[in-house]
Amino acid sequence: MNVTLKVWRQKGPHQPGGFVEYKAESIIEDMSFLEMLDTVNEGLIAKGEEPIAFDNDCREGICGMCGLVINGIPHGPSKGTTTCELYMRHFSDGDTIVIEPWRSVAFPVMKDLIVDRSAFDRIVQAGGYISCKTGSAIEANTIPVPKPIADRSMDAATCIGCGACVAACPNGSAMLFTSAKIGHLSLLPQGKPERFNRAVHMIEAMESEKFGGCTNHGECEAACPKSISIDFIALVNREYMGAYWTADFE
Amino acid sequence: MKLDAKIPPGPLAEKWDNHLNTIKLVSPANKRKYRIIIVGSGLGGASAAASLAELGYDVECFCYQDSPRRAHSIAAQGGINATKNYPNDNDSIWRLFYDTIKGGDYRSREANVYRLAQVSANIIDQCVAQGVPFAREYGGQLANRSFGGAQVSRTFYARGQTGQQLLLGAYQALQRMIAAGKVTMHTRTEMLDLVLVEWRARGIVTRDMVTGDVRSYAADAVVLASGGYGNVFFLSTNAKGCNATAVWRAHKRGAAFANPCFTQIHPTCIPVSNEYQSKLTLMSESLRNDGRIWVPKEPGDKRPPNQIPEDERDYYLERRYPAFGNLVPRDVASRNAKMVCDEGRGVGISGLGVYLDFRDAINRLGKKVIEERYGNLFEMYERITGENPYEVPMRIYPASHYTMGGLWVDYNLMNNIPGLFVIGEANFSDHGANRLGASALMQGLADGYFVLPNTIGDFLALHRPDGLKADRDEFRTAEKEVKDNVKKLLSVNGSRSADSFHKELGKIVWDYCGMSRTREGLQKALSLIPALREEFWKDIKVPGDNEEINQSLEKAGRVAEFMELAELMCLDALNREESCGGHYREEYQTPEGEALRNDEEYAYVSVWEYSGEFSKPIFHKEPLQFEFVTPSQRSYK
Repeated sequence: MNVTLKVWRQKGPHQPGGFVEYKAESIIEDMSFLEMLDTVNEGLIAKGEEPIAFDNDCREGICGMCGLVINGIPHGPSKGTTTCELYMRHFSDGDTIVIEPWRSVAFPVMKDLIVDRSAFDRIVQAGGYISCKTGSAIEANTIPVPKPIADRSMDAATCIGCGACVAACPNGSAMLFTSAKIGHLSLLPQGKPERFNRAVHMIEAMESEKFGGCTNHGECEAACPKSISIDFIALVNREYMGAYWTADFE
Repeated sequence: MKLDAKIPPGPLAEKWDNHLNTIKLVSPANKRKYRIIIVGSGLGGASAAASLAELGYDVECFCYQDSPRRAHSIAAQGGINATKNYPNDNDSIWRLFYDTIKGGDYRSREANVYRLAQVSANIIDQCVAQGVPFAREYGGQLANRSFGGAQVSRTFYARGQTGQQLLLGAYQALQRMIAAGKVTMHTRTEMLDLVLVEWRARGIVTRDMVTGDVRSYAADAVVLASGGYGNVFFLSTNAKGCNATAVWRAHKRGAAFANPCFTQIHPTCIPVSNEYQSKLTLMSESLRNDGRIWVPKEPGDKRPPNQIPEDERDYYLERRYPAFGNLVPRDVASRNAKMVCDEGRGVGISGLGVYLDFRDAINRLGKKVIEERYGNLFEMYERITGENPYEVPMRIYPASHYTMGGLWVDYNLMNNIPGLFVIGEANFSDHGANRLGASALMQGLADGYFVLPNTIGDFLALHRPDGLKADRDEFRTAEKEVKDNVKKLLSVNGSRSADSFHKELGKIVWDYCGMSRTREGLQKALSLIPALREEFWKDIKVPGDNEEINQSLEKAGRVAEFMELAELMCLDALNREESCGGHYREEYQTPEGEALRNDEEYAYVSVWEYSGEFSKPIFHKEPLQFEFVTPSQRSYK
């Protein structure tokens, strides 16, 4: 199949960018979307042009490194799928595909389709952990965790930190990412001692990173490659309010 | 070269404890005066960085990704082994030790492996305390599953994402220490050289992958946790960015490289479907708990799998290995898949595939149970192949997955270069010639949480902090070499991309130093690789500049190192005239086609010393002594 690409090219963070059109020819259905871009890049290198820069690493949907807005949708048209797991069989011969980087003030473009997502690490630094020094753990089965709680915590913990939720949100909010981390830890008995500090400090960190507020559009859940539910945002709102009601945070 | 493994004396079960009681300590007030560099932020690097920072050391951690959370440990699916014996199935430290030694085909050190088994239970405690959401039973207790190479259920798991969950635990601990100001994290930064001062590792040279800035960092010790070299094959289950540059640069500075030919080919990966494929995807070994592996009995049987009647199917692993069945170790499963495909019984368009069939498990347990156990893996398979594994059997084929070889280390995880520590997949220490499933996560975390934080103190206590700065001549010289190399790559201006060279290299290594090897094949590879390397330096094309994000430049630099490493792999494979674990030399097999070890002549670790660009590396042996187990022909029948 042959497709036309309109790709956002931007030399660096301070240079203006724009769309450039490329032809991707003799593409086969079993190629992944990124392999299609690889072949376009091989063509560009052969012509002595700079290839399209895009982040990617594991190419199996778990590292969270890749992420393109494809035809206006973060990670493209397939639900619950990262960009690297999207296959060309989901496109048709003659299609025009628009490819952009994540769009968000908090994720500045570094080059072409690569953005800076270091704000996510800083949100985690504000409290996205359980303080437990190496060596100080008690015997694992001394803390029983009811299966439904463990499963729910795991549902939140599947977040890969790709940032699609932010790219999809009209407000550029990082609420789903932040809630997934808070939900994962605060549901577990091990995470209870720090739950209120965690909620308050992570949300404060999120707000200081230029992410917008959540107004319940639900676009984040639709774009999330791990299908993380916005129920976790509700849970975190309760955690956050709980912190203020009990004034149990520092 | 002096190779002293420093194995502590005494009975096997007491070695580690005795060692801990006798090695030196650094006092809490002095720890903060020491700076430690850690390269890599996977399970080994992140757990070490967090643990050392908690102890009070000043840590600088480096990773090439945009966040330490993305290191490729994240992709491990199936689980992590530990000797908790929660299922009451008679597991013990001894049994995990024995399974690992045997699984490694008696090519690893007894003392290291025993220590690994000893600390395995602490890892689970630590991870649970950090909030790793392991699978649970209804009573709230931790659940276990079985894995290849063992007859007990000792594997802990978090759906099909155990690696991600364990890494997030370590990453969160690391982020906590970054917030506390005890770790300085350098993301999108690549180590391009190791700096030695007076025959001691004192720092590294890095390139900032955003600005192209080349600079040095000095420290009291350097820890490499940079992973394996499986990407030498181009097509592998490794992430695209995984590379051997850190370990190879250290090797060129004098670090001994051990057992480079011990690479693991994982039996359950999605087969290659086209020539543009950029990577291979693993399907967790845990699938072999419920999936049955088969091919048609008749060569060339092209009927769709569901139309092939039961009596015309060959469940070859169950037939040949009744005791372990589909749960034989990885090397055995891979080799058997290759054998049936070589007989013309492979499935799929390429004929390079075997079926992994869940029909019987779905009939026995119901679709819901299978979905709960493997749902995300089934989804992943369907996304990639477009086929529904609940209805048609999966097709799988072996692929490069893990490298048991790596930089040589002693019992303290220190290399022959003083002050250079190597942990996780980057070292060679625990898995011998074949790694068992669910043991890589165990080793990475054992090294980072429990071994290195103790053993590094023994070295540092004898080397007072001297505040060495990265402006000495040794650093300047290394920086210049790195910059010259970058310039050279940018200036060749040939006609071929780094990927095209990488693919060609990968094919040579796969064909001649992959699942089975022969003397002739290896000799051929040893003439093809240097020729390709020469062509690389004449014809590589790297567009763009140094002073920006330049992914072509990054790739080209890594491929250049892989070329050299591939040659050493083949040399090592040629030297080892026996078959053991993942190293299968066709000349050395039993009448049944199993690996035929030669303990008389080859019960040693092959250790290679770099001797210059055009001279043959110098070969050394570290003899392996088996005091507590008796090496035997591995049998899974």
